Amino acid sequence: MYALEIQNLQKKFGDFTLDVSFSLPKGCVMGLIGTNGAGKSTTIKLVLDMLNKDGGTVKLFGKDHKDDLASAKEDMGIVLDGMGFPVGFTPKYIGSLLKDIYKNWEQDTYRSLLEKFDIPYTKAWGELSTGMKMKLNLAVALSHRPKLLLLDEPTNGLDPFARDQVLDLLMEFTRNEEHSVLISSHIVSDLERICDYVTFLDKGRVLVSDEKDALLARYGGLQLSAEEYAALGDLSPVHLRESHNGVEAILLREDLPAGVTPLPVTVEELFVAMVKEAREE
Amino acid sequence: MHVFIDNKSGTPIYDQIYTQIKSQIINGSLKEDEMLPSIRGLAKDLRISFITTKHAYDELEKEGFLYTVPGKGCFVAPKNVELLREENLKKIESHMEQIAVLAASCNLTKEELIAMLDFCMEDKT
Repeated sequence: MYALEIQNLQKKFGDFTLDVSFSLPKGCVMGLIGTNGAGKSTTIKLVLDMLNKDGGTVKLFGKDHKDDLASAKEDMGIVLDGMGFPVGFTPKYIGSLLKDIYKNWEQDTYRSLLEKFDIPYTKAWGELSTGMKMKLNLAVALSHRPKLLLLDEPTNGLDPFARDQVLDLLMEFTRNEEHSVLISSHIVSDLERICDYVTFLDKGRVLVSDEKDALLARYGGLQLSAEEYAALGDLSPVHLRESHNGVEAILLREDLPAGVTPLPVTVEELFVAMVKEAREE
Repeated sequence: MHVFIDNKSGTPIYDQIYTQIKSQIINGSLKEDEMLPSIRGLAKDLRISFITTKHAYDELEKEGFLYTVPGKGCFVAPKNVELLREENLKKIESHMEQIAVLAASCNLTKEELIAMLDFCMEDKT
């Protein structure tokens, strides 16, 4: 059962073409990791029908996203880059408004999140700092009992302490096996540990979408002298960096000759390697 | 049960959980039929992926260290003496391989190694 299924979702803007497919199983956290301008925000906006798609299908909780988007949105917590409220609105006023908009609005949750995030209850939106605005958006997203969180760069503009608080909230949220999260970011370290799945995006294309552990288990790194590397024979690394110091390579473990034990790779290293490989083609 | 994740160790996180729980079962600090934290609960506490945690539990269950009661949770399996012996033998073997490599690198003879082993065993027996 999938919380979100995307099949050949397409959008063309001038010379940028987006064509993506990936699925987020229910109960899991997926990190959508992409370069700047890769199409992360566009993908999320297409899912929410805020942009018209040129083709493909999107299913939310097993139903086409356009079938009943209003009720699907009741079950979704959404944070988009640049999303906001009119400058004069205070967190207090925002709460009183949303109480009548969301069927499942929980004022107590909202209040306790504001407290946790140190957001002044009666300060106007326009006077809040970037980080405060982001935290308020997150509080709103989490206060109406969502089953799916769509978070576009939610840790942007947050200090390390606030980022830590956000990760805590996400982990709390995913204790429930009905809850799923799609979180986009270019800060990979935030996502490295908590994600069940990762999807790498570059220039509108999916480079890979897989279970994180399985993906990391498939690849390995080598750090060798040029001679040692040459002795391994003809390899086809995803990424290769040669310097006077030696060779650094990332490659499929199955391509290695028996007896060679590669070093583990991180999500970040693999992402950079795959983007480079894709751009060299 | 205590599990600590070392981000800098380079060992995959699933492997760290698996190894730590297993050694706590083997050394007896986790008792037979003791209930382990739920997979999602542990994932939350360690702030890691749910699938990573499940992966470690699945591996332990496959090897007979854990058993699952549907709807209740995961428990420490009754100790299997054969299994423990096997585990320890494997460990000794891998340590010995390392010893052989180290010994070769500083030209120790087999006799010298045996003398060192004798010395270590004196305290234990």
